[in-house]
Amino acid sequence: MATQTVKPVSVPGAEPTSAPGTAPSRLRRLARALLPGPAPGANGAALYRRWWLPWLWTAPALVCAAVFGVFPFLNTVLLSFTDAKPLGGAANFVGLSNYTRMLDDSDFWLATRNSVLYALIVVPLMVLLPLMLAVLVEKKLPGIGFFRSAFYTPVLASSVVVGLSWQWLLADDGLINTWLQKAHLIRHAIPFLSDSWLILFCAMGLTLWKGLGWYMIFYLAALGNVPRELHEAAAMDGAGAIRRFWHITVPGVRQAMMLVGTLTGIGSLRVFTEIFMLGSYTGGPGGADRTLPFYIRDVGLDPLTGNAGYGSAVSVALFLLTLGLTLLAQRLTKEDES
Amino acid sequence: MTTAPLPRRRLMPRWRDYGRPRELVVRYLLLLFVLAITVGPLLWQLLASLKSTSEDVFGANASLLPQHPTLRAYEAIFDQVPVATYIRNSMIVVVLSLASQLIFSTTAGYMLSKPGWKGRKAVWVVLAASMMFPFEAIMVSLFLSIRDLGLVDNLVGVWLPGFVGAINVLLMRGAFLAVPREIEDSAMLDGASEWQRFRYLYLPSAWGAIMVVVINTFISAWDDFLWPLIVLRSEHNMTLTLGLSRLQSSSFGYDQRLVMAGSVISIIPVLVLFVITQRWFYKGVSAGAVKF
Repeated sequence: MATQTVKPVSVPGAEPTSAPGTAPSRLRRLARALLPGPAPGANGAALYRRWWLPWLWTAPALVCAAVFGVFPFLNTVLLSFTDAKPLGGAANFVGLSNYTRMLDDSDFWLATRNSVLYALIVVPLMVLLPLMLAVLVEKKLPGIGFFRSAFYTPVLASSVVVGLSWQWLLADDGLINTWLQKAHLIRHAIPFLSDSWLILFCAMGLTLWKGLGWYMIFYLAALGNVPRELHEAAAMDGAGAIRRFWHITVPGVRQAMMLVGTLTGIGSLRVFTEIFMLGSYTGGPGGADRTLPFYIRDVGLDPLTGNAGYGSAVSVALFLLTLGLTLLAQRLTKEDES
Repeated sequence: MTTAPLPRRRLMPRWRDYGRPRELVVRYLLLLFVLAITVGPLLWQLLASLKSTSEDVFGANASLLPQHPTLRAYEAIFDQVPVATYIRNSMIVVVLSLASQLIFSTTAGYMLSKPGWKGRKAVWVVLAASMMFPFEAIMVSLFLSIRDLGLVDNLVGVWLPGFVGAINVLLMRGAFLAVPREIEDSAMLDGASEWQRFRYLYLPSAWGAIMVVVINTFISAWDDFLWPLIVLRSEHNMTLTLGLSRLQSSSFGYDQRLVMAGSVISIIPVLVLFVITQRWFYKGVSAGAVKF
């Protein structure tokens, strides 16, 4: 093992830097930066470690990140200028034609609209509802542990199982329609699963329902940092629960809210399974509920009609949308802090 | 001299210690309301899976509770559907992912937590960059890579992109950074090798983070749907989520109780894991704060 050798003198890179006053030559600095060995100024265990050991230990993670993270992205950009097929065959360079096709493609714009609408509706609700829930379960009451865990169970179930469950509840003869009819609130079943708008809204509800528990736990940690005295003082002054929520709790967990907003915004652009489960494999009637990931899979990865080049162009659009959202969120956070 | 009697302290708090009765009632009513919304649909699924064939699951005549509870659906689903194969396939992906994620996120996280070696920044940049791209925006290219490797319709192809996640490396690095430097120095003086320090000093003190990696990996591999849907083709390779969704969509008029039984089966492993590791679960959310 590298550390058994206790000979600090001969370890490369460990020589004392040149005498004070004389700066090391440029060549020497370059050599020190490139030659294997500990980094300049290293001490302790770093001096005894063989130069390749850190590389060996980090190699699997590095290779995985490069091959399944960075390379696919660069490759996606390249592919978007070709007409590659998902099942193989020669790919030809087609210039910008995928992008011009995309801009004229009404289905692409429909998918973009659905994804953006998804984010616009889900983000504010997902920022506020779990916070209210966290306030509700924050107080240590008898049995509160049970409630917290129970609220978390939808997070554990897979989107498929949750989707199946909702599909049955929302069916024409499902529980919700049956109850509404029994209560004589409606005469005919509400077409939750056949009207394209209702499918989209139900899918949003599903996303919210599945994420509630996760962000509740997230907010619980943030709520611990809001000083109790503020609440007590405000209560003394006669502020009700709702006013205390808006004027003490919300400003107290602002940063957490910003982070939740960013995460849910990015997450909304990634929605696939909810639409697949509630709107079937077509993505709603005539594909009217398809989101961008759904559309990428349809146009890019269909074994028969797919065009991986065009799918890649849509993927680049999805990436740009995500990037724009992230930058916007960063900017808002910065403005908020100053 | 007489000793003053100790003030009697109640061990259990009384109800009125928790606040005004009206506020308490409102709180519990709200809690029950949210409970019905969050757990209701899943509970309904469980109840419906226990119904016998003579009872309606849907429609005006369907009751909430099964009149003649039976496990018939759970037997039938194993007889009529290759659910055992689905479960085995899901388990293969889960076990492979757990093994690779655990081994390589700890080793990489350990080295990244150590200062003083060249190239640390470069590794860092690649890992951070890989987290910038949403999976859905690179899945076309990923699929082409998997195809070129000849892994279409192969469980290895499902596992490979989740070989080791940068997020887990970061999580482990954070946990290792919290280990005091002095302890390592004294271990070094005692002649402990790099491996010994990693194995006997760092790993045991990062137990919490390791559990978070276990939980996150298990859930994401077990619950994943989109990527298996893209990679897998034939029935004998399908994972449980894929099999369930196909079962539901392929056969209209099929016995819905079977699909519900399958859903319940698919929740059980995660639920068990959650109950065992609950305290790390919550810690992980606040520490990691990254997963969607």
